[in-house]
Amino acid sequence: MAKKRKKSKSSRRKFIRTGITLGALTVTGSGIVSSLAKEEEQDSEKIKLLNQDGKLVEVASSKIKLYHKPAVSKKARKGISGRKFVMVIDLSKCGNARKCIDSCQKGHNLATDQEWIRVHLMKDNQQSDPYWFPKPCYHCDNPPCVKVCPVGATFKRSDNCVLIDVNRCIGCKFCISACPYSVRIFNWKDRYSYREKDTDYSPETSVPGQVGTVGKCDFCPDKSRNGELPYCISSCPMGALYFGDINEDTITNGDETLRFKKTIEERAGYRYLEELGTEPNVYYLPPVDRMYPFERGLKDLTEEQKARYNNVISKLQSDNETGQ
Amino acid sequence: MIADNKNPEINNLVVKLLKKTGKKGYYWGFFLLLIVIAGTYALVIQITKGHIVTGMRDNVAWGLYIANFIFFMGLSYASAIISGLLRLFRVSWRRPVIRITDLMTIISAIIGPLYILLCIGRIDRLHHLIVYARIQSPIIWDVFAISTFLIGGIIILYLGLIEDFALLRDNHFIKAGKLRKRLYKLLALRYNKSPEQTKILYNNLDLISALLIPVAIILSTILSWVFGLTLRPGWNSTIFGPYFVFASIYSGIAAIIVALWIFRKAYHLEKYITKVHFIKLGILLLVLSILYGYFTFNEYFSIWYSSEKWDTKLLAKLFDFSQYGWLFIFSNYVGILLPIIVVAVPWLRRINNIAVVSVIVIISLWIKRYIIVVPTLETTLFPIQDTREAWINYSPTWVEWSITIGGVAMICLLFMLVSRLIPIMPLKEALDKEKIGNKNIVPELWDFNK
Repeated sequence: MAKKRKKSKSSRRKFIRTGITLGALTVTGSGIVSSLAKEEEQDSEKIKLLNQDGKLVEVASSKIKLYHKPAVSKKARKGISGRKFVMVIDLSKCGNARKCIDSCQKGHNLATDQEWIRVHLMKDNQQSDPYWFPKPCYHCDNPPCVKVCPVGATFKRSDNCVLIDVNRCIGCKFCISACPYSVRIFNWKDRYSYREKDTDYSPETSVPGQVGTVGKCDFCPDKSRNGELPYCISSCPMGALYFGDINEDTITNGDETLRFKKTIEERAGYRYLEELGTEPNVYYLPPVDRMYPFERGLKDLTEEQKARYNNVISKLQSDNETGQ
Repeated sequence: MIADNKNPEINNLVVKLLKKTGKKGYYWGFFLLLIVIAGTYALVIQITKGHIVTGMRDNVAWGLYIANFIFFMGLSYASAIISGLLRLFRVSWRRPVIRITDLMTIISAIIGPLYILLCIGRIDRLHHLIVYARIQSPIIWDVFAISTFLIGGIIILYLGLIEDFALLRDNHFIKAGKLRKRLYKLLALRYNKSPEQTKILYNNLDLISALLIPVAIILSTILSWVFGLTLRPGWNSTIFGPYFVFASIYSGIAAIIVALWIFRKAYHLEKYITKVHFIKLGILLLVLSILYGYFTFNEYFSIWYSSEKWDTKLLAKLFDFSQYGWLFIFSNYVGILLPIIVVAVPWLRRINNIAVVSVIVIISLWIKRYIIVVPTLETTLFPIQDTREAWINYSPTWVEWSITIGGVAMICLLFMLVSRLIPIMPLKEALDKEKIGNKNIVPELWDFNK
């Protein structure tokens, strides 16, 4: 008994991850869970799960298959039922380590010039200090990109995700022009990675891509189906990115789990350019009490990467000179 | 036998219009064909290698092609509006102008949409626009509207031609091959000039003209909505609809003047296309330049005065001489003020001057479309960072230029080919006035003496 308790303590992260999967399981998996509950006595390893009625039940771990295939075709347009995915980004923690970009590119088989999450260097006004600003797709509730798509290749799902079906996309780029956040990118040339035949395409995985179509951050619903966090969230060394569910009122960066509403309320969470009426589902926590100066984010960059932030840096330098 | 056969005037005009292509004509045709072939070669490269060969990138995802698309569609809509108004109001000097205007409607409406197809990454999935059509998207509105418009334009051109086909069929003085005669006979649809047939013909011409005017206005507005309905600085403007309508008509009049000038020279039509036509069209050009200039001023002045963050960023680009400054001055000052001066000052009001000014107006309005599309796309609401340096600012590649110029050559070539087959000036209407004094054979739309 004591052994079991210890184990459950040490695997808190595992528990949280399982918790995220729960929502997915409540509808699709609840039948399995309840039927498994009868057999639980026979197996030795047990896992605690919430059942549909909100009660904790113990289930034999060997009986639970956590892997869920990403949805395809019509099913992929509906979304995971009962979920409302949300992302919270703590700007005081981001130091431009760029691990989110790398892991996203690896996970989605992207080239280095295809960035589905970007890190901007923002300087709001002359008085304010610059800060790093990661920008995934905002998965708006009123998405301008979905409105203008002539063929319905991009769509809004019930679980908040705005996804793209590249099998349907004609590549007219209207969505790129319509997105006020410049999130979408075009697959300008054919790449070797597009020709992978062993992976089945799903709008949830966005792999493999196709030349002449549009791609963007997809909130990794395929990972959520399997109780994992999106690539960017789990790879952030600072834990600046949180992912969660509005319905469950929970967000996690993999290490700590917070209440979503309370966090937004207490830490003055906001949505970037909310006044456009797009109703984004990515919230930012203002860069107060920063963990380190922004310059540290420039340290490990290549010359080419540094050059991209020149507009802010050169302005800072000229401001310093005039100040002296 | 029809009386026209005895009319030397008609024979003279027909011989002039449909004479065999001379050496010069072949040279020009060959030259234009070469340019079209170069454009086709560039097109093949773009299709095989993907859009990477263009200058378009993630921020500026639309470039020259969209500018061309708006420009040519604008010419087409404008021609429909102008020809419709000339017809419905029975404008006395319309006759040598109207066929060219109708041809412009069709030919630019054929070339224009090709450019938006070039903008599409997957041309192989064009059928998706029908199969998966989402009625909420302005692109779908464009698809339906342009196809409707094209059909209307073809009907108008054809109805206007029936009388001429009948005349060519019946006229035995015209030297034409058997095949050509047979074609004219077929196309004349047994039109025999009986009063009943004439009435039906002209009623339908009026009807389709009247229908096509609102359709063309709606279409230019839809064209503007591709930009106006987005949340981008410089695009999201309520006056974009009427602004595009007037810009279209403005460029359309200029294009008609240039086409008239070219055909006048090429076919020696000085007797029919006179200074009067150039001055009347020039006055239209003047009126439109004032209207268009008024809209332009409103558009830029309001965003400059209120000076919202992104609008200011956009205007900074437009006013910067190392970026769009010269293009801005050319399209918004030269292209608006020059026609006013040239047409308003009597001793400048000459045929050649008006033609030259029209060429400048055409160029300035093309540039205008370019500086509507590209600078806004370069002005994102986020600071453009974290993308490759080369991917930020747009400059068209040779592929895009070559396809653009190929399209212009294609329009000239189509005009040339069509003018070999059908008279570029209405034979019937052009001579009505001379035939029966000042009384027009075309019935008035409204009889005020009743």
